[in-house]
Amino acid sequence: MANELAVEAASRPRAGVPPRRARRSTLAAPRRTKTAYLFLAPFLVLFLVFVAGPAVFGLWISLTNWSPFRDTQQFIGLKNYIDLFTPDSATSGDFWQSMGATGIFTVASVPFLLVIPLLIAQLLNRKIRGGTVFRAVFFAPYVLGVAVIGVIWKYLLDTQSGIVNHVLGMLGLPSDIPWTVNVPWVWVSLVGVTVWWTLGFNTVIILAGLKGISADLYEAAALDGAGPFRTFFSVTLPGLRQVMTFVVTVTILASANMFGQSYILTKGGPGNQTRTAIMYISDQGLSQNNMAAASAMSYVLFVFLAIISVINFRLQRERTERAPR
Amino acid sequence: MTSLTSQKPVAGGEEAPRTRPSRRRRSPRRTAGRVVLYVVLALVTLLIVLPLVWIVLTSFKTDSDAIRNPFSAFPAPWSMDAYITLASGQQPIFRWFLNSLLAATLQTAIILVTASAAAYALARLEFWGKKIVFGAIIATLLVPPVIFLIPNYLIVQNLGWLDTIWAISIPGAASAFGVFFLRQFFIGLPVEIEEAARIDGAGDIRIFLQIVIPLARPALATLAVLSFLANWNDFLWPVYVLLSPENLTLQPGLAQLQGAYSTHFAIVMAGAVIASIPVLILFSIAQRHIVDSVASSGVKG
Repeated sequence: MANELAVEAASRPRAGVPPRRARRSTLAAPRRTKTAYLFLAPFLVLFLVFVAGPAVFGLWISLTNWSPFRDTQQFIGLKNYIDLFTPDSATSGDFWQSMGATGIFTVASVPFLLVIPLLIAQLLNRKIRGGTVFRAVFFAPYVLGVAVIGVIWKYLLDTQSGIVNHVLGMLGLPSDIPWTVNVPWVWVSLVGVTVWWTLGFNTVIILAGLKGISADLYEAAALDGAGPFRTFFSVTLPGLRQVMTFVVTVTILASANMFGQSYILTKGGPGNQTRTAIMYISDQGLSQNNMAAASAMSYVLFVFLAIISVINFRLQRERTERAPR
Repeated sequence: MTSLTSQKPVAGGEEAPRTRPSRRRRSPRRTAGRVVLYVVLALVTLLIVLPLVWIVLTSFKTDSDAIRNPFSAFPAPWSMDAYITLASGQQPIFRWFLNSLLAATLQTAIILVTASAAAYALARLEFWGKKIVFGAIIATLLVPPVIFLIPNYLIVQNLGWLDTIWAISIPGAASAFGVFFLRQFFIGLPVEIEEAARIDGAGDIRIFLQIVIPLARPALATLAVLSFLANWNDFLWPVYVLLSPENLTLQPGLAQLQGAYSTHFAIVMAGAVIASIPVLILFSIAQRHIVDSVASSGVKG
């Protein structure tokens, strides 16, 4: 009802004001800087204090000898960064080992996190009954927290009492696999649990991308006599380019930020082999009071991730430019 | 399923034999294909659902049953022991539950209020510095959260918020995602109604509260659910800013439960069930909104 009133009011001619001017003044939206910042203020306060401010503050900390045991901090330039790149310094060995662990996990998990959702999305894109139900079920684990995922899989993968080893035994396979204890099994577990947990997220995004590909293209491919593989590589993948760029970027970033799975499933072990960069940085910064070095580490990780993202975008763009059409 | 698959060969066989000889041969293959399709989907469903069912079943075992018969599917006897132990034990899990509920609700409320107002300004008002503000907000979406970990810890410490509910609800309420998400939605709303109201003499605040907000209800509901889930499931931050056992939320609490009862699987699984019930209920109610908003993130972005 309010809408009707408003529309009626809009069409009503006004005394003294030429209708054209009234229209222009609303369409060309005059600057209302004061009002705008009134609306922005509550968010901007939070944003400046807890997002923008900390980003700068963290950079500053990384350039000092910050310590909770010291009253004043001194600017020491790039020393924290130089230490990280100096082989025998206190933290560089452990830091690069943790970066290596993050790298192993990312390289091992991302292909599965792309291929499996791509295959499932292909299946869900057919005309099937209960498509939305399957979609919801596959997505469901993603809404559980990493702590829940961690403790339940710690139990399911337990060497003696875990059902996974028991089922393997029933199938005549080895039933004493140390899933959360020894390499390489710890990596298999971390990747497998992550895939189980998050495959629905990528599936849902890729499925939306598939639905956006015009049916005409598939028809044309069929008329040209293209088989399923040809169709997949010539129609489906090119049609998914934009969506896949997004999915690849988000997946790499998520894997590179892995923390909870290792923290609960393997506690970073055996040794420190599955201690990821995030695990090491948070431990150094918040448990060992090594805040300056940890801040420098977080910025090194950031730069790594930024480079990977840029390369990823460049590659996708190049492929788009090279593609015919 | 059978009715769906058995129809096709008949229909294909009747009209197709001369014009398209290949079709008759393809039809049974297509039927087989559909069977394989459903079998694969059913297998994936089982792989997702069975572990969760196993957890729930384990949580109803007695402690000795869970330890002695870890591979028997059904509890013998069915028992609430694990839940009772949790309710009366030294691990205050119901306190954690309450903390999680309070923190997630508070943070969601703050996000809805601050992000919707900011999104309105960015979507509808022209003002000095708009591009810079919007650019800064978007840029932080791409920054890994670890960057904020140490400085935010120091800020929260200086505010005296360590080990309080403020630490786990206020910093995370600066939701760049929420602003971006609502701005996209507001831009999609028809501008005519607002213009009419403005001509009618309504100010920005009235237009925002009485026209935009009611129209944006579905988007606000989706953002509320997503924000609640994110806070409820947050792990790294509460592990470090919450210190005393009674102030923990469920996620770091579960990790601690695991340490305290490492071989008492029924109890730990009961804890996992308690931590999962609210989000699974929320998901089953808002499933469409959640999945659709995730689905569109890739297509738009």
